[in-house]
Amino acid sequence: MIEIRFHGRGGQGAQVACKVLADASFREGKEVQAFPFFGVERRGAPVTAYTKIDDRPIRVKSQIYEPDHVVVLDESLLKSVDVANGLKDGGFIVINTVKDPQDFRQRYPNARIATVDATGVAMSHGLGSKISPIVNTSILGALAKASGIVTIDSIQAAIREVTPRNKEENARASLDAYNNTRTWEDTNDPSGGN
Amino acid sequence: MRKVVTGNMAAAIGAKLCKPDVISAYPITPQTTIVEYIADFVADGSLKTQYVKVESEHSAMAACISASNLGVRTFTATSSHGLLLMHEMLGWASGARLPVVMVNVNRAIGPPWSVWVDHLDAIMQRDTGWIHIFAENNQEVLDSMIMMYKICEDHDVLLPGMIHEDAFYLSHTSEPVDIPDQSKVDEFLPKYKALVKMDLDNPLGFGSLVMPDNYMEFRYKIALAMDNVREKIIEVDADFKRLFGRSYGGMLDLYRCEDAEYVLLGAGTTASTVREVVDELREQGKKVGLARLRVFRPFPYEEIRKLARSVKAIGVFERAFAFGYMGPFMAEIGGALYNTDIRIPIKDYIIGLGGRDVRTKHIHAIFNDLEKIANSGKLDKELKWFGLNDGNRPEEEM
Repeated sequence: MIEIRFHGRGGQGAQVACKVLADASFREGKEVQAFPFFGVERRGAPVTAYTKIDDRPIRVKSQIYEPDHVVVLDESLLKSVDVANGLKDGGFIVINTVKDPQDFRQRYPNARIATVDATGVAMSHGLGSKISPIVNTSILGALAKASGIVTIDSIQAAIREVTPRNKEENARASLDAYNNTRTWEDTNDPSGGN
Repeated sequence: MRKVVTGNMAAAIGAKLCKPDVISAYPITPQTTIVEYIADFVADGSLKTQYVKVESEHSAMAACISASNLGVRTFTATSSHGLLLMHEMLGWASGARLPVVMVNVNRAIGPPWSVWVDHLDAIMQRDTGWIHIFAENNQEVLDSMIMMYKICEDHDVLLPGMIHEDAFYLSHTSEPVDIPDQSKVDEFLPKYKALVKMDLDNPLGFGSLVMPDNYMEFRYKIALAMDNVREKIIEVDADFKRLFGRSYGGMLDLYRCEDAEYVLLGAGTTASTVREVVDELREQGKKVGLARLRVFRPFPYEEIRKLARSVKAIGVFERAFAFGYMGPFMAEIGGALYNTDIRIPIKDYIIGLGGRDVRTKHIHAIFNDLEKIANSGKLDKELKWFGLNDGNRPEEEM
């Protein structure tokens, strides 16, 4: 089983993100389970959402405590939330930030880091407002690129199915983010990575 | 067609497939999206129904009762405090012998305020004369709706029924659900034919006063109808399997109980997690099983007696507490076994109230505890509030 934990803030779309990832994996023949941890629904409040992916039906109905990968939709959460809690060794932390992966190396020594300016990508595609950009579809592109657990094609197909509006802009944003995702390996390989 | 949907979407699709003539509901977290999805279906024309907007759950149930009295199929959905507000009308639906069907999203009763799963809202409706079915996954939410109409509308039954789905663990959890073809559902569930209905050309009295020399017989007939539900559930489950390929075990859903020495018994999504742990323990050679309390009313006392004859100990897990006594399921099971010669230890584990996460490690700890009881034949105590925070012990410690 592959387990993904999303950390975001109310209004950024973590709830839709966990569902899009599940739908994308389902399209690739996987069994899935996705759910948000429903806190008090307030814009800006920290939210957590989960996606489980497996080859057989998923029966355990509990939250994710030892994720394979973690997705952080808002960099400011790193100050208040221990996003790496329980993360399996070698798992990715995919962060929405303008910074480079190596800027987070010291803080998360056991994790692999991927970064993407999901806010910038979302804004360039007109998703949300400057105060409240909708970054969920962009960061899913980054997760697909870094982890390889699902193809960008499936992510785009799922976005067209699941997102309530701006389907094409969201699909394009995910691809744009996919192409602009940086991992520590990329940025430290003299040949340019890949 | 298999699709990834939430429990609430499964419920809304279930409503669409069952084609109720009248739907009336009032939104409440975490049921709200059921109301919203149905509104979308009505707006886009894919569901032809009279959608009655009301100012409360009490009125929603009153609207369903009135419509059902006219001989049409009705549906509503609610949760927690909304269900409690309906309580008076629930008794009317069963007393008037109306096959209203409802989905209730199990949510805790406040205060303290909580929107998360707890089964007390359902338990508090135990004696209203409704059929109660607890779902384990989103597929079962949808399938149970189709089966529930078939059971409730049977002329040997004519009682209302509610399907319970756990807040968030089903209502807002997306998982693959096989959505049956409309033509198959139509074949399985023909249009409702009322035995008696309000008709201006054939006026009858409804809900009128009866004197003490008649009231008791009306109650007795509800009791008989509820007894008829037992065989109908088994029959409809078998029919459903023939047409749709899925079965839910009839009155009591037994999993790996054939040669089990000790089993856990309980309802809702926790049962799904228990299933996983049963498989893990079976791999280690432990003879464990799960008895899922799918049907709460009518209560499967005969099935539980049969199970209790074949095992050394039963652990009951429940997301509710009946204040002043013990867990509600435990009380019922004790009652079912008393007038028999069965004397096995039964322990009650109160767990996961108000949406507290129930993990596989918790179920392992409970099975460990139960194994000791099964092997020694001795019960240390009848009741355990599992995982209470006392500040210094890890929650899985017994």
